[in-house]
Amino acid sequence: MSAAVTRRPPAVALIATVLVVLWVVLAAFPFVWTVWGSFKVQGDFFSKADWTYALTGVRTMAETGSPFTGAGYEGAWVEREFWRAAVNTMIVVVFTVIISLTFGTLGGYALARSGYRYAFWLLMIALVFRAMPHITLVSGYLLPFFEWNLWGHLPTAIIVLVAINQPFTLWMLHSFFLNIPKDLDESAMVDGCTRFQAFRHVIVPVMWPGVITTGLFSFLLAYNDFAVTATLLSQQNQTMVPKIASFLGSTQVEGNVMFAVAAVVSATVPLFILILFFQRQIVSGLTAGAVKG
Amino acid sequence: MPHRTFFWFILPSLVAMALFIAFPLVSVVAQSLFVEHEQVLIESEVCDPFTGCRKELTVDAVATAQLREAQPLGRFNGLGTYTDLNHLAFAEVAEAWRTSEGLVDFGGQLMNLPFYKALAFTLTYTFVVTPLVIVLGLAIALGVNGLPKLFKGPTIFVSLLPMIVTPLIGSLILFWMIDARGIIGSSLQELTGDPNLSLKASPALTWLTLIVYGVWHSAPFGFIVFYAGLQTVPSETLEAAIVDGASRWERIRYVVIPHMAPLVVFVTLIQLMDNFRVFEPIVGFSAAANATSLSYFIYADLTDINARFGSAAATSVLTVIGVAILLAPVLVRTWRDFNRKRA
Repeated sequence: MSAAVTRRPPAVALIATVLVVLWVVLAAFPFVWTVWGSFKVQGDFFSKADWTYALTGVRTMAETGSPFTGAGYEGAWVEREFWRAAVNTMIVVVFTVIISLTFGTLGGYALARSGYRYAFWLLMIALVFRAMPHITLVSGYLLPFFEWNLWGHLPTAIIVLVAINQPFTLWMLHSFFLNIPKDLDESAMVDGCTRFQAFRHVIVPVMWPGVITTGLFSFLLAYNDFAVTATLLSQQNQTMVPKIASFLGSTQVEGNVMFAVAAVVSATVPLFILILFFQRQIVSGLTAGAVKG
Repeated sequence: MPHRTFFWFILPSLVAMALFIAFPLVSVVAQSLFVEHEQVLIESEVCDPFTGCRKELTVDAVATAQLREAQPLGRFNGLGTYTDLNHLAFAEVAEAWRTSEGLVDFGGQLMNLPFYKALAFTLTYTFVVTPLVIVLGLAIALGVNGLPKLFKGPTIFVSLLPMIVTPLIGSLILFWMIDARGIIGSSLQELTGDPNLSLKASPALTWLTLIVYGVWHSAPFGFIVFYAGLQTVPSETLEAAIVDGASRWERIRYVVIPHMAPLVVFVTLIQLMDNFRVFEPIVGFSAAANATSLSYFIYADLTDINARFGSAAATSVLTVIGVAILLAPVLVRTWRDFNRKRA
């Protein structure tokens, strides 16, 4: 774009810059503050006397002898067995992503290549399903799951998350497959491949950028879920997010709030790393839906 | 693609969605017509030498358990659950309508009914957060677009944080900061000079807090989509407009805005869907006393010690109807577009 197009009057540029700086502070400060505070004792992080205690760590110094303490982390991970929740989260997330993507690529490919009216209607139904609040679906499962003894197990939560994920996965992969030229797999079929062979040998090798982007969002949905995992999993199968919520019930005890703070920071770290490495894919994924309408 | 091949490709997705999205919707409708069994009571006569004999009611735990075992759905209640005090509350609404003095008073009385209270918050949240996300997202996108290239990447990285973070965790982080002993809470007390100011105490402040959280959480989504849109504004058209002597405002009005309009529709659609199911912030901010949403209302019924499946199911059905009304304009539009394309 030429300079004339992008040039702005100084007043506009100033306002824009101030706004962006303000936004960056608003977006980042809560995280910086909480990570910093997670290494303090409760008396500093929630300081009645003076908020600067959180910076200087006066109480932390007095209670532990050093300005930083890992007591919150030790309490959460060892004493309250947060590691168990972390393992459960890992299992749920990995399987949800793999199964979602397997189902989603097959379905999304079919939707992208079928010109019939019912493909359009399936996409519309998927859109309506996408809008359903998850908790309304949960209230439909809960009673049957109790009756059939399916309640509380990790596989149950995984398959439910896969299903809830499907509408979104189908939409996204469908629009990615539309971008892969039809001639590619059709010429393979002219050469004698079946539809599935064409998919397997021609489409699969070129679909990975789309699949990775979609996978990131499936990951986020499974990782961030609270409604399904909080209601469908038993105590010992709890994942991280409901576990953190359960810490809150016991926050009245001195020090336990810091367990929750430490657990919150621990659970945010993987997301932080995810953005660090996949920022480009996340941005392109968010906009893929928009461009396709 | 032949029907048969299409069918096999789509089958796994379809089965998953049918079993875990369509079936629960049916199951919810069925459950909403039933309520839990009442406890089986036994009447027995208890006699003691001082007060004489009297009748006493005791709960027959075994019989109650057997009854629940035999008919897990509960007893048939028809549409009774929908019209009871905790849902549409027809009787109470009619009563309030007759006795209230003016609309404000009527609204005030409605807010004492749990379902209408949840509905009011859900709608307020949805229709306040959505436009704010669009305005703020657009403003940030325009701001970032003018930044030197070096700063764009880090700004986007930071901006993604509030959106990517688990909603429950994001709301907890803010909740701790606005605590009377947290940094924002105590700063606000200093600023207002009111040492007892608490953002958690009054309903109005709680609503405000939740809405601020909602905008903080969703603005990055609007920002990213609009920012990507700004990258694809046709530069030839812009340059042509300059040659034709269009002012800055005219260029925005006639080139940029038409280009961005579909993106605004997209963000609005996604935001309406997502904000309507607002749930985690209410758990995170422990705000249930002052603000409940439809989703939270269902969750509270489900996780209660005496899980009220019938009540939760009735609220779910009403929520799904709400979603349908919300989506209706979009679906009608898509349907027309689709037919026009075919015609």
